[in-house]
Amino acid sequence: MAARLIELPPPRGPLSEQLFEGLEGQPQTRLAAPGLIDCADPIADQDLQLALYVAYEIHYSGIRGVDERWEWAPSLLSFRGALERCFEEAIAELVAPAEAAELESVGAALQEIVAADPGPPLSRYMETQGTREQMLEHVVHRSAYQLKEADPHSWAIPRLSPGPKAALLEVQFDEYGGGSSERMHSVLFARTMESLGLDGTYGRYIDRWPGVTLAAVNLVTGFGLHRRRRGALVGHLAAFEMTSSIPNRRYGNALRRLGYGPEATHFYDEHVEADAVHENIAAWDLAGGLAAVEPEVAADILFGARALLQVEAHWGRHLMDSWERGETSLLSPLVPIAA
Amino acid sequence: MSEDPGEEKRPRGAGAVTVTPYRDGPYLVRGDFVLQDQEGNELELERRTIALCRCGKSRIRPLCDGTHKLIGFEAPSGPEPWPRA
Repeated sequence: MAARLIELPPPRGPLSEQLFEGLEGQPQTRLAAPGLIDCADPIADQDLQLALYVAYEIHYSGIRGVDERWEWAPSLLSFRGALERCFEEAIAELVAPAEAAELESVGAALQEIVAADPGPPLSRYMETQGTREQMLEHVVHRSAYQLKEADPHSWAIPRLSPGPKAALLEVQFDEYGGGSSERMHSVLFARTMESLGLDGTYGRYIDRWPGVTLAAVNLVTGFGLHRRRRGALVGHLAAFEMTSSIPNRRYGNALRRLGYGPEATHFYDEHVEADAVHENIAAWDLAGGLAAVEPEVAADILFGARALLQVEAHWGRHLMDSWERGETSLLSPLVPIAA
Repeated sequence: MSEDPGEEKRPRGAGAVTVTPYRDGPYLVRGDFVLQDQEGNELELERRTIALCRCGKSRIRPLCDGTHKLIGFEAPSGPEPWPRA
């Protein structure tokens, strides 16, 4: 398998234009501070989310034509910080603060938070009514995260004390295929994409992901790159695992209903069984364990869980609203509409 | 935090097997174990730590598939109080 390398997508506005132009130059040439950022609706903002995604992507992957030293160039970090502040404030407005009683048992609080998931019934819709085109769009959206599944949460490893660290590694070892690259979840997802006739290459569909899809990945990358958000990063993982096994069973059923075989459904079927294990470890041993050792980050654990559910809800509503209007949920349709 | 299973419950040495009931959830089994049916046929396992269904409603029994969350299954991690008051 080739090394990760993405192409710079077309810019979507002044922020991404300025950033991409800067990245084509040398890291010693300073990137100017961004102009006035419109912070009206950063979660759906195409330009802001794409710029932030690419600024973060330098930590995950090569970008063709971009000097790798940009990763730690102070002017880029400062540019990125301006975008992050805008996004972080918008998320904080969406997330209800943790209550004192919740902090007494973070595991139990997480159970209640995910039981009150604010998202639309997307997986149920896909299982019973979703069309082939909608399923393909869903997979293309998800590829923004699934092709790097587990990677942002690995940034928590060096920051945790032994108890929660062992719990995180127990989950991550399984995510990364238990020692077999063939069983790595990101590899399974690429195989699902290929078996649906999609391109499973990392970053292939970046120019089609709308702002809200990029925002879902930027959320966890932001938690991962800032040690101060280790609580939120752990809470994000816990809520992700706790809202996975049942929806993934439905997505697997959706593919079967649409006539696809085991090669396509394996990723989803695997997650039914895997995440039924992971969710307990993540909620109680990892999140509960972290809160026991570092009570001062307990509230941020719940913040990360609620932030995930809020952003996923925005994303799910975007898909269902687009489809209801008879439009593609991507920035451009996968299959050109026949004349 | 007494309800949070901590690191103490993990297997300490080679060969040690632990079974941990998680609150409102499945039994997690860790260690060097074999899962088999009553005829002695070994079930092939995909991972080192497995979750056994505790609510009885999983569609992939004996493994857990998360269905307990849909049916409102409740059970403590530790022993049920018995005899009941």
